[in-house]
Amino acid sequence: MPSRIVRTTVEIEGRMSDELALVEGKDLKGWTRDTTIVGARTPRIDGAQRVTGRARYTQDVVLPGMLHARFLRSPHARARVDRVDASRALTAPGVRGVLHRFNAPKAAFRGEETIFRAEVRFIGDEVAAVCADTAEAADAALRLIEVEYEVLPHVVDLEDAIADGAPRLEEKGNVSVSGSHSRGDAKRAIEQAAIVVDATYRTSTQLHNSLETHGAVAHWDGEHLTVWESTQHVFGVRQGLQAALGIPYSRLRVICDYMGGGFGSKGGIGKYTIVAALFARQTGSPVRCVFTREEENLAAGNRSATLQRVRVGWKRGRISGLEHTSWSNSGQGRWVADPTGPTNTLYDIRDLTTKSYRVVTNAGALSAFRAPGYVEGTFALEAALDELADKAGVDPLALRRTHHARVDGVMRTRYTQKRLLECYDIGAEAIGWSKRKAGGTRGSTPHRRRGIGMASQIWFGGGGPPAYATVHLNPDGTAVVRSGTQDIGTGTRTILAQICAEELGIRVADVRVDIGDTDAPYGPISAGSLTAASVGPAVRLAAADAREQLLGAASGLMEVRKTELRVEGGKIVSKGARKPIKEIFDELANYTVIGKGSRFPNPAKVSLNTFGAHFVALEVDTGTGEVFIEKIVAVHDIGRIVNPMTAASQVEGGIIQALGFALTEERVLDRRSGRVLNADLEEYKVPTVRDVPPIVVRFTDVPDTRANNLGVKGLGEPPIIPTAAAIANAISNATGARPRTTPMTPRRVLAALAERER
Amino acid sequence: MPDRPSSPTGAFAGPGPADLALEVNGRPVQLRVAPHRTLLDALRDELGLTGTKKVCDEGTCGACTVLVDGRAIYSCMTLAHTCAGRQVETIEGLGRDGTLHPVQQAFIDHDAYQCGFCTPGQVMSLVGLLRANDAPTAEDVTAAVTGNLCRCGAYPNIVAAGMSAVARRGSAPTSRPGPSERSRRSQRSEKG
Repeated sequence: MPSRIVRTTVEIEGRMSDELALVEGKDLKGWTRDTTIVGARTPRIDGAQRVTGRARYTQDVVLPGMLHARFLRSPHARARVDRVDASRALTAPGVRGVLHRFNAPKAAFRGEETIFRAEVRFIGDEVAAVCADTAEAADAALRLIEVEYEVLPHVVDLEDAIADGAPRLEEKGNVSVSGSHSRGDAKRAIEQAAIVVDATYRTSTQLHNSLETHGAVAHWDGEHLTVWESTQHVFGVRQGLQAALGIPYSRLRVICDYMGGGFGSKGGIGKYTIVAALFARQTGSPVRCVFTREEENLAAGNRSATLQRVRVGWKRGRISGLEHTSWSNSGQGRWVADPTGPTNTLYDIRDLTTKSYRVVTNAGALSAFRAPGYVEGTFALEAALDELADKAGVDPLALRRTHHARVDGVMRTRYTQKRLLECYDIGAEAIGWSKRKAGGTRGSTPHRRRGIGMASQIWFGGGGPPAYATVHLNPDGTAVVRSGTQDIGTGTRTILAQICAEELGIRVADVRVDIGDTDAPYGPISAGSLTAASVGPAVRLAAADAREQLLGAASGLMEVRKTELRVEGGKIVSKGARKPIKEIFDELANYTVIGKGSRFPNPAKVSLNTFGAHFVALEVDTGTGEVFIEKIVAVHDIGRIVNPMTAASQVEGGIIQALGFALTEERVLDRRSGRVLNADLEEYKVPTVRDVPPIVVRFTDVPDTRANNLGVKGLGEPPIIPTAAAIANAISNATGARPRTTPMTPRRVLAALAERER
Repeated sequence: MPDRPSSPTGAFAGPGPADLALEVNGRPVQLRVAPHRTLLDALRDELGLTGTKKVCDEGTCGACTVLVDGRAIYSCMTLAHTCAGRQVETIEGLGRDGTLHPVQQAFIDHDAYQCGFCTPGQVMSLVGLLRANDAPTAEDVTAAVTGNLCRCGAYPNIVAAGMSAVARRGSAPTSRPGPSERSRRSQRSEKG
């Protein structure tokens, strides 16, 4: 079938760009019948692999003769590397090689020419790497490398870096504009407002702490480079390797079978990938380079700390104007998330100005962390709106209803589907919003106050091209789906098997899904909540293609017109006859039906978003500042639900990560030395089983028929977005105190209580 | 003091590899490992049993949980040589002839995982609980996995799976019974 080019808008993690798309044939219309497999609770098809320890993660890849590479990291927050003497390390037992800035080959990495910088810029920045027979030998050799540093002035704290007199880290200064939006005249509207809230919010740096640390195993056979990497994007790693090493795609293969969490931090190649590949080429042996937990928390990314100011005015029963300004500590990151994203679109506000700044510091680079920017920005926006509702004496939920946005305020386009009002109805009912009282109610003990709060969520999640899949139908009636996507824990394999089985007319148990390999058709990054909506429609098309081919063959063999045939439960069904696929194919032996599918572009001139709302009931101990969450209700509008079982798991997981962000998680940096003081799982507090309150998960579950041929949108990120704001609003409802900094630790809640009493 | 290395030197390099005999997943195993090697490293690197995961390597996350003489322990905090003559069970040793242990099946039925990296440790903690306690309560189930971090946040389903495995135990075949004298308290103190 001939291919053609169409223009389309592509969105990843909220970044929009106009791109060309290659399409072939025609897209399918949405299902008009009731589906039986799609929409059914389906246990993961790879469950047995996961519970038996057979699932092979990158860290479990062991190759014969494998060597181990380890990094020497900067002990200074900022320094010039003047001299590296590796002679003692090179003669240490088991050492095969040392790489540093004076001997490493050029390797392009994120806009720089080399992976070992002349100026190291944070504690943990890579200075040198050792390759040895064992990881222990490599570690021992690291201590023998002599480095002369010229220590330079540094700054690690966001507010220190903005302040006058801060060391200048980049030529154009430490602060640069990273996003802005303006409509109407917010300044004037706020000046003329009857009521104004002007508040400053802060969010702390959150560390991903994926349980499987970043790492790669590289194998060079003299001609081909194969890399196993714990990644959210095998094709992105392939591209990075090509750019760094100049190896053509035909000689590169990247594999990620199972991966132990990424949450946005594993979006592409790392210095560890390049080092493993360089040593593999140098030594002719496979090389493993895997981070320790400490390295993971120094050099593998983070959700940047933010400082945000929101000014919002109220006049004649409405928000009259809003200004939201945000500064993000990007560390040494080149990209920065935009916390003002939700402010731009979540509500119908005519006069609005938002601006966000990227601030560089001598701290580890930020990387995308599950709804980057939106988690931080929603915390500030939704808290400010509750503060405004309090001052204006209106119900916060009513305020949100009256400012419901029918149109995307930035793009000026309508939404393909938006059921946020329905989310409010469901959530309010489930939490008992009608019983909420301004000023809260008495808690279960004399020191405790009880409160209810809520917050809304907007995110992307519409997905888009390119994404490809093939479906091989075997002669025995079983099928194999292949696509170069990944399963980062979301259940990709299972939903793709469901979609294939539904369209093809076979059982889920008869579908195998092969993913995480660049030898498969292209699959996009598993980020931005886009896998289901990008790869899913391609799989459906591939399955439909395979079915049509199968029916064509069956028609010839059975001597029945094709239009009178269909596939059902693994059988070819005609008037009065049901024949298993296997029987029909037996005659054709090894002929294989190969169905092919590609993702078509999104509809033009409409906005594709996901929506939701979280409602929280909690108690606050006013003596200790402790927060006791009673219940969280999460309602999300993400179109059709493919697998209610894994979808609910994702929502619970997002909320639990949000609990960490809201209440316990904070990277602590020593401002003087620039050292991370809690780069471990002892002092960095991720939620445990004891920290989880009852969570109620609900979906609107109405297919978004204009979105794509499945009517699905993504769910990875939405559930982490509104939780922290809903908790803050509930604390405020309970006590009248407003914690404006995350995590809302007992100390900060007590400080807010003290401020209230002044 | 069987829980301590017999001759701690405190030095980085030990006196070199020494012979070690133990039982792993029901089979006798002979190893030569240095005295400072942990049970976790011995299992993964020497025996190729990579189902047991290394996450923090310092006793804070529980991903490396295995059973030693039926009791759930952190293998990253256990020197391999302290397991001489003992019975070690890993995730690979659960279930027989292709049938899953009730805890494993419950994890599948309740979607008690997402990325799955903590799963082997969670499963072993719960198997340890079932060995030590004839009638665990919901609180016992929660306590058994308090030392197992799950960054994806599968906790509600992990507890549900644990409860379902407890309920199912009456009807499903269990692995060999654990030492009955081990109380709930020792289970908890080990994981706390």
